[in-house]
Amino acid sequence: MNIPEPFRLLLFLAGTMAFVGLNAAYLVWVERKGAGRFQRRTGPTEVGYAGLLQPIADALKLMSKQLIVPPGVDATLFRLAPLLVLAPAMMCFVTIPFSETLVARNINVGLVMVFSFGSIHVMAIMLGGWASRNKYAIISAARIVSQNVAYEIPMLLVAVTLLMVTGTMNLHEIVQQQAGGFWNWNFFRLTANPLMPVTFVIFYICMLAETNRAPFDMAEAESELVAGAFTEYAGMGFGVFFMAEYANVVIGCSLATVLFFGGWQSPIGVLPGVFWFLLKLYLLVFSVIWVRWTFPRTQFYGLLNLSWKILIPLSLFILVLTSAMMKLF
Amino acid sequence: MPGYIHRMHEKMGENRTYAQFLPNTSRIDYLSAMHYTHAFVGVVERALKLEVPPRAEYIRVVTSELNRISSHLVWFGAFLLDLGGFTPLLYAFDDREKILDLLEGVTGSRLTYCYYRFGGVCNDVDDDFIRGTREFVEMMRPRLKLYRELVTDNIILRKRLENIGPIPAEMCRKYGATGPVIRGAGVPYDVRRMEPYSVYAGLDFEVPTHPEGDCMARYLVRMEEIGQSLRIIEQVLDRLPEGPVLAKAPKTVKLPPGDYCYAVEAARGRFAIRVTSDGKDIPYRVRLRAPSFSNLSLFEEASAGMMLPDALAVMGSLDLVIPDIDR
Repeated sequence: MNIPEPFRLLLFLAGTMAFVGLNAAYLVWVERKGAGRFQRRTGPTEVGYAGLLQPIADALKLMSKQLIVPPGVDATLFRLAPLLVLAPAMMCFVTIPFSETLVARNINVGLVMVFSFGSIHVMAIMLGGWASRNKYAIISAARIVSQNVAYEIPMLLVAVTLLMVTGTMNLHEIVQQQAGGFWNWNFFRLTANPLMPVTFVIFYICMLAETNRAPFDMAEAESELVAGAFTEYAGMGFGVFFMAEYANVVIGCSLATVLFFGGWQSPIGVLPGVFWFLLKLYLLVFSVIWVRWTFPRTQFYGLLNLSWKILIPLSLFILVLTSAMMKLF
Repeated sequence: MPGYIHRMHEKMGENRTYAQFLPNTSRIDYLSAMHYTHAFVGVVERALKLEVPPRAEYIRVVTSELNRISSHLVWFGAFLLDLGGFTPLLYAFDDREKILDLLEGVTGSRLTYCYYRFGGVCNDVDDDFIRGTREFVEMMRPRLKLYRELVTDNIILRKRLENIGPIPAEMCRKYGATGPVIRGAGVPYDVRRMEPYSVYAGLDFEVPTHPEGDCMARYLVRMEEIGQSLRIIEQVLDRLPEGPVLAKAPKTVKLPPGDYCYAVEAARGRFAIRVTSDGKDIPYRVRLRAPSFSNLSLFEEASAGMMLPDALAVMGSLDLVIPDIDR
């Protein structure tokens, strides 16, 4: 789309904020409703039809609460952490192509950019935990760092594998390569990498761990650590962490859609690209919610063992296999 | 931790009549109220040499076993909640709800039942209860299978429980731990078998044991006990005799001077009441031996040097009820 530069910027800002905000609000609703259905109850029903206004009521409640900065905390870092956790998540949306034309910036290093901004929220949560001066928050901060260091590696190895297949870091081009029928999606490109579905599973597990979703939600294991790094936060400060969590889930699922499921490409050639992109995206988001309400939490060293002893060797093997396949054929 | 909900149940027993103390016993461990009242009516009946009508004994067994299942279901849900799995709690409470409805129908209360009386039970069960209980047993078997497939066989759960927090049989004996804790260490100690009371001697059931002693063993013991309780309930309903449900007990209960003890297998282990009487209408001394207290005592030794989430799993696997620790 050819929109003059300053408008494009404003449009992006407004669009991303609205998208992230609405996603966070309504994914909470979907999560609560979904959890209700998984647990044979109804979920929110009171506010609005089927509880649809519940997120708005929640947001109003959170905003009307006092932002408490407890005595003894590092006030600057404490206030900075919620901002630092949300802003990078919004930046990631810059390069994600929602359709053929709907993309804020078509950058050649899009994939690297999403990964680099996507990793900042870890530091922000660590800052929040550190600044809180609370034993639970600090344990949680330490956990989240070691967890993310462990899971960044297999995730990047998977990304490198895909880069070898696609040959570009431009997300737009990656999607365009997968045009024409679902058998062209990277997920089904078994000629380049016969273990492609396994690669996706590794990516999915890493995404769950990176976004601190159950069963890897070590940072806020409520039976052990109260609310983890967010223990001392009140009102919207607490709410922003949740918005960021959902924003990260959406980014992770968008990336999975772009890298494995052909982004906006339609499997059957009807309906606009945005529809297909969002459909694939929300199916993945739904699966994330499904996983959360089905499995118990892993033990922390089990989580690290899974990464260092299984996922990293496996993704390295896939990397070597893919390069061998590409050299041979 | 102990001390915050200390209600002086033992002391309260020493300054009120036997009938007045009876409701107290159901408030000690609110999740297995039936067993606790059973122990107290048992000790009085033993002292008075009161003959309990057979129908009342069978009704006691069936309500006790229903109570055991509901207690284990609460534990199952709460334990999984400790481990970070939220959904099983609501499934377990859904099943438990049916038990509570059944018991509410005959006893009038849903949690702290005061259904057993000296010499029997206060109400006869009706056909609705018997039909409802049979339906519940029919329904519960597939549910247990569902739990096994959905929860027990889950790899995350197995990784979190297997080889975690082993409690050997010697440690159980040292601290007096009973119930599923000692059975999870491979010792088939069950009061229903070792010192049979009521009509348990004539019933066909197994005492599930697992020798590993880890959290998984205690988990499996409880899950299998639910199955055994269903078996007991079925047998009892088949054999339920006709007749009165309450023997004639004296208006004011006065125990002849002496020392009396009665033990039952509560959901958490051996619960015993010892009453010393000096012949008055109020006991001279009431001593309650509660299983959760002993089960908690071994926690410090069992969890030494453990990581936080594992210690949590061990604590959960002991199935502690706080008012039972702190009487």
